[in-house]
Parts: sequence; C-alpha cells; structure tokens
Amino acid sequence: MKQMKQLVVLSGKGGTGKTTITAALAHLASQEFPIVLADADVDAANLELVLNPVKQEEHDFMGGQVAIIEPEGCTACGICDAVCRFDAVHPPREPFEYAYKVDPLACEGCAACYYQCPEQVIRMEEQHAGRWFRSDTRFGPLFHAHLFAGQENSGKLVTLVKQQGRLQAIDTEAKLLLVDGPPGIGCPVISASAGADLALLVVEPTVSGVHDLERILATTEHFGVPALVTINKADLNPTRADEIAAFCVEREIEVVGRIPYNTVVTEAMVQGEPVTAYANAAGPVVAALVGLWEQVKANLR
Amino acid sequence: MIITVASGKGGTGKTTVAVNLALALAADSASAGPLFLDCDVEEPNAALFLQPVIEESKEVGQLIPQVNPDKCTYCGRCAEVCQYHAIAVVGKKVLVFPELCHGCGSCTLNCPTGAISEVLDVMGTIERGWAGPVEFAQGTMNVGEAMAVPIIKQLKQWTIPSATGDRPVILDAPPGTACPVVETMRGADFVLLVTEPTPFGLHDLRLTVEVARDELELPVGVVINRDGVGDQGVEEYCAAEGIPILMRIPLDRQIAEAYSEGVPLVKAQPAYRQKFRALYEMIQRQVEGGKQ
Repeated sequence: MKQMKQLVVLSGKGGTGKTTITAALAHLASQEFPIVLADADVDAANLELVLNPVKQEEHDFMGGQVAIIEPEGCTACGICDAVCRFDAVHPPREPFEYAYKVDPLACEGCAACYYQCPEQVIRMEEQHAGRWFRSDTRFGPLFHAHLFAGQENSGKLVTLVKQQGRLQAIDTEAKLLLVDGPPGIGCPVISASAGADLALLVVEPTVSGVHDLERILATTEHFGVPALVTINKADLNPTRADEIAAFCVEREIEVVGRIPYNTVVTEAMVQGEPVTAYANAAGPVVAALVGLWEQVKANLR
Repeated sequence: MIITVASGKGGTGKTTVAVNLALALAADSASAGPLFLDCDVEEPNAALFLQPVIEESKEVGQLIPQVNPDKCTYCGRCAEVCQYHAIAVVGKKVLVFPELCHGCGSCTLNCPTGAISEVLDVMGTIERGWAGPVEFAQGTMNVGEAMAVPIIKQLKQWTIPSATGDRPVILDAPPGTACPVVETMRGADFVLLVTEPTPFGLHDLRLTVEVARDELELPVGVVINRDGVGDQGVEEYCAAEGIPILMRIPLDRQIAEAYSEGVPLVKAQPAYRQKFRALYEMIQRQVEGGKQ
C-alpha cells in the first residue's frame, strides 16, 4: 500500500462481532506496517477494553446547544412551550415554580423559543457533550471518545475522532486507518463511513443478520463505499451462512472468511486481549481471522 | 404499564426478551393482549419473529420549509435563525438542505413576509397490525437517512394510547445510549436492561443505567443473557448498585440456533412462557414498590 487507506468495520445489527474483529485486524495489521485506530462507536466504545490504551491526550467535546430560561423575568406566558416542537419546554409546576423550564435531554437546540420569547429571558448555551482521547496502544495510536449519556450529535463526535485519526495517520505515514464502526444505519454510521476506501461488514447467520445486512449494504452503496462481507459464528447456522453467501454472490460482494463460533472469543475478551493475540486461542478462529486479514489487505491495494 | 427493553451494547438479546415477553403475556387471557413496538427503526427485526399481519401504514418524516418566491424578499432572516445551517439564501435563491433540517419551524415563525410554508420530508414508514393476540407496530427508517428520533416519536404517538392502564406495552429499543434510545425510554414506567456477562456487556450496561436511571429517573432491572459465559463483573456491578437481576437466560446453543431461524424462545422451549410471565410480575412489583 502506497497511500494511507481507510477501512471501516460495520454491521447494521449490533453485537455481531465488529469490535472483536477490529481488534484482531489491529493486531495482525500492525505486525506488517504502522496503523492508526479510531473507535467510531462513541455511544458505547468498546475497543479500549481489548487494547489497554494509555491516554496521552484528553479533550472536551462541545456538542449542540440547549435553551435555558432565566426564571427571573419569565412571565410564564407560555409562548416558548407553544413554539417548541420537541416537547422540551414545560410549564411551571405550581406552587413551587413560577417559570417555564427546558428539559435539556429533549431540547434540540433549535432556538425557536429563544427568538420568540417576548421577554428575551432565554439564552442558548453550548453543551459539554462528551470527551475524546488520543491514546497509545501496542498496535498504534487509538482515537476514541465518550459521548455523555443521552446526548445528540454523535455523528459530529464520530467525525471529529476520525479526522484526528486521519491527521495522525498522514503525519506519521501510517498505512491504514482502521475504524471500528457503530451499529445501525443512521447518522453515526454515515459519519463513520464517510471517506472510507473499504467497508468490512460483519454479519451473523441469523434471520436478523440477513435482514440487517441488506440494509447496511444499501447504506454503503448509497454512499459509494465498496464493501466486503465476513460471516461471524458461521457454523451456528450453516444454512443461513450459505444463504448470506448466495446473496453476496448475487450482489457481487466478496465474502472474505467464515469465522466459526467458539467461546475462546469471549475468554480473550475477558482477558482484555484481541483473540489473535490470546495465547489459548490457536485454532480455527485465529486461522479464519488470519485468512480474513489477508483478503482484506488484498482488497485495500 | 410501559416497559422499554434496552441494552447499550448491540446483540445482547433485546429483541429476544421483548418478543418473548409479549408472546408469554399474550397467552395469558386474564389481561388485555400486549402492544409491541419495534423502535429500532434503523434495523427493525422483531417482525421476523412475530410475523405480524400489517393492517395500516403511513409515511412519516418531518416538516421542512418551502419558500414561496413571490413573497420572499431574500432578506436572509431564515438562514440567520436556523441553528442547523439547513437553509441558505444565495443571491435571489433560497436553498433548503432537508438532511440538515430538524423540522423545528423557527424559519417559518421568523420569516417577516410569511413566505415559508412547510411540507413533509419523508424519512421512513410506520406500520401497525397484529401478530395473533399481540398488537404490533414498527418504524423503518429509509436507507440514507440520518435521524431516527422523529420516526420513533411518531410511532409512539400513533400507537400508544394516553392511558395504558394494566395493558402491557413493550418497546424494543435500538442499541447505544444516544438520542434514539432516550426517545424510546421517555415515558416508560420501567426500563428492562438486557446484558451479557462480559466486559463489553458490563461497560455498556453502566452507560445505559446512566441514561435510564440517572438521567431519566426511571426504575431499572437487568436480564442476564448467555449466563455462564464471561465473568462475574455484571453480577458484582448490579449488587453494588442495588439493581435487581430479574431473569437469567443461560448460554445455550439450542437457544442461539432457534434464534437464528427466527423461532421465538417460548415456542422453541415452552417452559420459558412461565419464566417470562414471572419476569413481568417482578417488573410489576418493582414499579408498584417504587411508587410507594
């Protein structure tokens, strides 16, 4: 690989093994060339649990704004409540309250109330919505983040984490930016896939897995990102695995490896190790992951 | 009684628990049949297990501005008040970016000449019907759309009656802890958290407890799925936090295989019918206990 490539690991359905596979790929890839890692699941970031990162930098993430009503000056006219389409403004709960109040979790920061308040006692305040980190791991630098509970703007934080990872990769002439994606097909997934050279879709052989593969594949196609599929826990239901493989042939998507089900994967996770680096894991799972990495690498070229 | 089934981490068994709880309660003729909502609008899967007959569906989305060029003076006030940069005035042209719009209506309210009206920008579909005695509803977000919350909100408004009384209403949440999950939990009487006893499961369980119990101040309880795999972390955490463990589903290849074929647990192993009813009774006791 001459230029730096960006690989994103996605799944649609959650819990199919994105992080397990990302950690294994990080271990295998870093033995061949320098890489940078980014955890784009900022709601529930798990890559750090298997990479034992040592934090080097920590930054605040300022998310969207929320409206705040100054109780002094509020005449309880109720216009703010009337214009809010997010049910975020609540009337005073008498007898103890006399001013309207904004529920910060429901507020989307649109400022409609701010502009309509005749007393001008509403202000908009930026929210401290999360934190992001640059850490060192034995496989390379990791950029990760934590979005505070219930916050919006996860897409914005994903973009920030990835940008930082990308800059570091360019600066250090790393060959690969490996991104662990979030589940679903919505805003954080769109942000995680933006600019990717290749998406690796991790699917499990279940009715849900098959259904969700179609939707995540439609999403990567919609945004023009080429995709590969790997079937995790493939032997749990070989018929469904074959169905997925047939579906991929029809859609001209390459299936790069079938990873067997084995509790050694969980054992490695409990030990905080990528399964490929876990001493007791030699066997079919590791062999499948090594094969997977070779095929992914060939597709990145 | 509104119960939201959530998890933080994906793939821990939210849909399994939600679907089987609904099916177990449906078989109990003493109470009204449950209402089931699949709120994972990015990847809705419950229909694969419940096989509902859809009777009604409608397109949903949000209202986006439409500018009447005869009334517009290109003053730029709409762009100035829009917090999302979803509307821009360039010379004698007003550009609207539907993917950035949150449908707040502030541009309409602030337009001095009344040139803005609003039209529906379709983001997905909501559907309702019946899966035998279970009333079923789901939302599906269109591929390429970013925002799930408006779809979840409208699905809830469309289907959940203002007073549910004793009727069980079960909401299957999306994974994660961000805004779509908050929207699914809002208004619930109880949040049932499905986790697996692994470091990933525990890490994400903690975050979900922060949302449900600490931010939204809702009572919570835990179901441990794939019990027997992993470590003791989840048990220790629940004991330390005083969070009740209401049910355990063992790690069992037969359960995983039935799931992979779309066969609900209560059909594959009928003994679970009683277990899920017992789970519901425990939730009822938790909610009643909390009110006193």
